[in-house]
Amino acid sequence: MVRAATDVADDEESSMPKYLLLKHYRGGPDPHIPFPPMDQWAPDDVDAHMNFLREVSKVLKESGEYVDARALTMAQTWVRYGGPDAAPVTTDGPHPETSDLVAGWYMIDVDSHERAVEVAAWVSSEPGPGGEPMYEWIDVREVMD
Amino acid sequence: MSGEWRPGEVDLLVRSLAPKALAALLRRGEDFATAEDAVQDAIVEALRVWPERPPRDPQAWLIAVSQRRLIDARRSESARHRREAAVADEPAQGPTELGDDTLLLLFCCCHPDLSPASQIALTLRAVGGLTTSDIADAFFVPEATMAQRISRAKRTVRDRQFTEPGDLAVVLRVVSLVYHAGHGRRNDLASEAIRLARQLTLATPEPEARGLLALLLLQHSRLPARSDAQGRFVPLDEQDRSVWDTNEIAEGIDVLQRALAEDRHGRYQMLAAIAALHADATTSADTDWPQILEWYDDLVALTTEPDAAVVLNRAVAVGHVRGAAAGLAETDRVSAVLGEQQQWYAVRAYLFEMAGDFASAGDAYAAAAARTTRVAERDHLVRRAARARARLRHQPAD
Repeated sequence: MVRAATDVADDEESSMPKYLLLKHYRGGPDPHIPFPPMDQWAPDDVDAHMNFLREVSKVLKESGEYVDARALTMAQTWVRYGGPDAAPVTTDGPHPETSDLVAGWYMIDVDSHERAVEVAAWVSSEPGPGGEPMYEWIDVREVMD
Repeated sequence: MSGEWRPGEVDLLVRSLAPKALAALLRRGEDFATAEDAVQDAIVEALRVWPERPPRDPQAWLIAVSQRRLIDARRSESARHRREAAVADEPAQGPTELGDDTLLLLFCCCHPDLSPASQIALTLRAVGGLTTSDIADAFFVPEATMAQRISRAKRTVRDRQFTEPGDLAVVLRVVSLVYHAGHGRRNDLASEAIRLARQLTLATPEPEARGLLALLLLQHSRLPARSDAQGRFVPLDEQDRSVWDTNEIAEGIDVLQRALAEDRHGRYQMLAAIAALHADATTSADTDWPQILEWYDDLVALTTEPDAAVVLNRAVAVGHVRGAAAGLAETDRVSAVLGEQQQWYAVRAYLFEMAGDFASAGDAYAAAAARTTRVAERDHLVRRAARARARLRHQPAD
């Protein structure tokens, strides 16, 4: 805390940090194992994948760590101020193949950064085609108070 | 009758009686998890009924209703529990010493097997008498998540003996964590922590419990000055001291003096002594830094391996007493441990600014801003960085 410099010091860190575990449609480090998009998987594999993600939410709820989980559509609209008396300027792309596109997130409330990493690694083990782990990169971000 | 209650009075009364009701059930050998649920039901019932129909003996009412809820819970479970329910129906024993009950409850809630988050949640519910929904709101998590966290925590402590003495240091830390979860942001929790600390001082003569209460009172006294009209964070040296709460300061100093008179100084008493010296200064310039430094020296000496955070905060006092360069040299001692944390950069930025080195101050404030996890703090540090860099531009060139 800033108190450290200018106020009496009793620095107790927040005991329950929140983290956002971001999943991406694209972007981030090179995939550990490249997979085709999900619409090209066997239907059972898609089901297994979705079930796994629901299971993650369920387990996080049971452990008292769940805050939120959301999925986002792939459609992306960039918007900016158009200037005085002008309409907002928008662009739907096309965007470079490498640009980040967030697919969704889990928000968790956990004891430590280590625990957030552990949960992220578990999410990353989600089954892909043939039930093999996907090794997907998960972006772990701490939520500010 | 309802007109007799002052606003918030029912709530506070119910919650102050809740731990005694819980302790009464536990003394009869009920297990913690079931008893705590029953008391929580009784609290909800009391909040509903009391405003219109105040009980003649609120404590007896709460115990009786908790007892009934417990029996109801047993009956609805299954026939095999009937025997136990019969035992629970026995007439109540007279209440024993409240102080011991509160302490034993706190030991139970702050059991070392629990994570800090669970210790806090359980303490707020079982001792603070808060509802799960209140606690969930305070920590910005869904109520279902908090309910799970509490019930898991209760499962963990279920088999612990209620009479088992616990670790006071853990209890003090949990109360302190509750305070800091509320300080400046979630005001209810700050007040709740002070209430818990006050209960603790009634339950144990340990001077450190008084030290913690004094520290929290003194920190809380400055709360009205910690943010300006726009909600921006105001650091101690720029606060409007006329809005500090003089009642809290007076009480804090009084509690501290009685603790120090025991001559068993500990961490919280020392931190409170430093807070008291800040409270004593009518202006920032009047601060008795030499005496603050002495308390920091004692704090450092308290542990065989010096606490890095204490060494870092001591560096500020060193800066004020022996000059910014000496303070900066002190921060070097803990760069290996804290060198990647925002506090380290924030302290150095403050000392660089004191030394008139605005280039380094700007960089250090920016580095601190990039590392903090609190929005209000980041905004403050960014403003400080910008201010240092503006001063640099306006500084006459050598």
